[in-house]
Amino acid sequence: MALQRSDVEKIAHLARLGLNDSELPRITDALNSILGLVDQMQAVDTTGIEPLAHPLETTQRLRPDQVTESNQRDRYQAIAPMTENGLYLVPKVID
Amino acid sequence: MQWEVVIGLEIHTQLATQSKIFSGSATTFGSEPNTQASLVDLGMPGVLPVLNQEAVRMACMFGLAIDAEIGPRNVFARKNYFYPDLPKGYQISQMDLPIVGKGHLDIALEDGTIKRVGVTRAHLEEDAGKSLHEDFNGATGIDLNRAGTPLLEIVSEPDMRSAKEAVAYVKAIHALVRYLGICDGNMAEGSLRCDCNVSIRPKGQVEFGTRCEIKNVNSFRFIERAINSEIQRQIDLIEDGGKVVQETRLYDPNKDETRSMRSKEEANDYRYFPDPDLLPVVIEPAFLESVRASLPELPTQKVKRFQSQYALSAYDANVLASSREQAEYFEKVVSIGGDAKLAANWVMVELGSLLNKLGLEIDQSPVSAEQLGGMLLRISDNTISGKIAKVVFEKMAAGEGSADQIIEAEGLKQVTDSGAIEKVLDEVLAANAEQVEQYRAADEAKRGKMFGFFVGQAMKASKGKANPGQVNQLLKAKLEG
Repeated sequence: MALQRSDVEKIAHLARLGLNDSELPRITDALNSILGLVDQMQAVDTTGIEPLAHPLETTQRLRPDQVTESNQRDRYQAIAPMTENGLYLVPKVID
Repeated sequence: MQWEVVIGLEIHTQLATQSKIFSGSATTFGSEPNTQASLVDLGMPGVLPVLNQEAVRMACMFGLAIDAEIGPRNVFARKNYFYPDLPKGYQISQMDLPIVGKGHLDIALEDGTIKRVGVTRAHLEEDAGKSLHEDFNGATGIDLNRAGTPLLEIVSEPDMRSAKEAVAYVKAIHALVRYLGICDGNMAEGSLRCDCNVSIRPKGQVEFGTRCEIKNVNSFRFIERAINSEIQRQIDLIEDGGKVVQETRLYDPNKDETRSMRSKEEANDYRYFPDPDLLPVVIEPAFLESVRASLPELPTQKVKRFQSQYALSAYDANVLASSREQAEYFEKVVSIGGDAKLAANWVMVELGSLLNKLGLEIDQSPVSAEQLGGMLLRISDNTISGKIAKVVFEKMAAGEGSADQIIEAEGLKQVTDSGAIEKVLDEVLAANAEQVEQYRAADEAKRGKMFGFFVGQAMKASKGKANPGQVNQLLKAKLEG
């Protein structure tokens, strides 16, 4: 199943990537060659093999429920482009 | 056309942990903006999430309480979307392998029947921050204190058939998570939020109709109203020849209508994939058994016990067990006052309306369970009548001490000396000679109401202190004679 230009435009939009007209054909080809590799892998018989969620053969360590962080707002906000009353400011978004 | 309504709910409960699900930031509600947002919560490059074991334990408690299978191996996944209050560009959630699998919950309907509602799954995820759209010179303010707060999203089967059933289910979940102590249930603060999936189909049709999702309804009352207005919208739409479009809608309580949230439509492609930063979570059987052993008595178990142990009706037992605090209060009252039926009535009626009037929860009650139990003891041993008890109760609510202190101080002790009561009755009859004549001349059917007049006069003359049973008995004898 080869990707069309419109598929790539949609994926780029979902990922908030701005691709211009000259980049689109190149990216479409690159993605299609990755999918070609996927097609090759899908030819392998995986009957009875459990899906792999993570390549490491270990399980998640858990941490105790303790507050270990203190308020560092001033330091974090020093690198923010815009703040006001302790809030980070971003261009207006309306639901 | 007869329509059947189909409702399924997604309930987000904030788990009552001290720290966030993947970071050591505090989860306290209402703190100064961004003072509880660490590098992990801000989504800074290079940070890694570390899972909070208490969130896992709480999710397991919930799963066991609804008889669900707990996934022995569950996996976190990334749900990708862009919004400024989600700094990473994805929410860590669970997709294919949630921690809690299929379970069920029994709910009590208004007509007293019990309905079983299926729970499809419940999964752990992180909450997003908050966007404040008030004007900051044309900008939006972002507070990330809530970002990373652990959520358990509880997804029901499409088993509800009316807004009332949906509310009964939400109430049952609300009571359950509070019993378990895994969520404070504060809907006004957003600790428990509900998305409602609503569709209609012609009665008898097997296939579901197209559904709409009403997002983020945050009170029991609004859930019922939002669903009912959405049902009506869909019926009107279809009966006018239109079609329901699958979409997300918002409920506006002021206009009592739902409206479309078109902006998000296109973004509903979350491209889930397993989060490479988090390993599979394994729930060991021994751990699960220790969680099982720590479960408190659950609402449904308590309702059954209240019915058998105290001989209460199903309705009374359900009302009393609707919150853990109320159930505990009731049991303490019974342990002191003795009479369970009497205790049930006082807790549900008099105490209920007092708390309602004052806008208080039962654990803030101005009348303690010890005080109420002590007063019921005085009703049972005939020291005071039920009527005088209301006076005593009001005085207890006003902070005037225990029932015994108030009865003593106000001289409210019931008169049970039949000689004294007879004296009062003789005075009442003498003062109302005309009515006595009429009573004696009247036929049986009319006497009931007239008898009530004499009882009222006698109680008034004794300032409410004469034992009502004795008054009735003695008065009858005197009037007949």
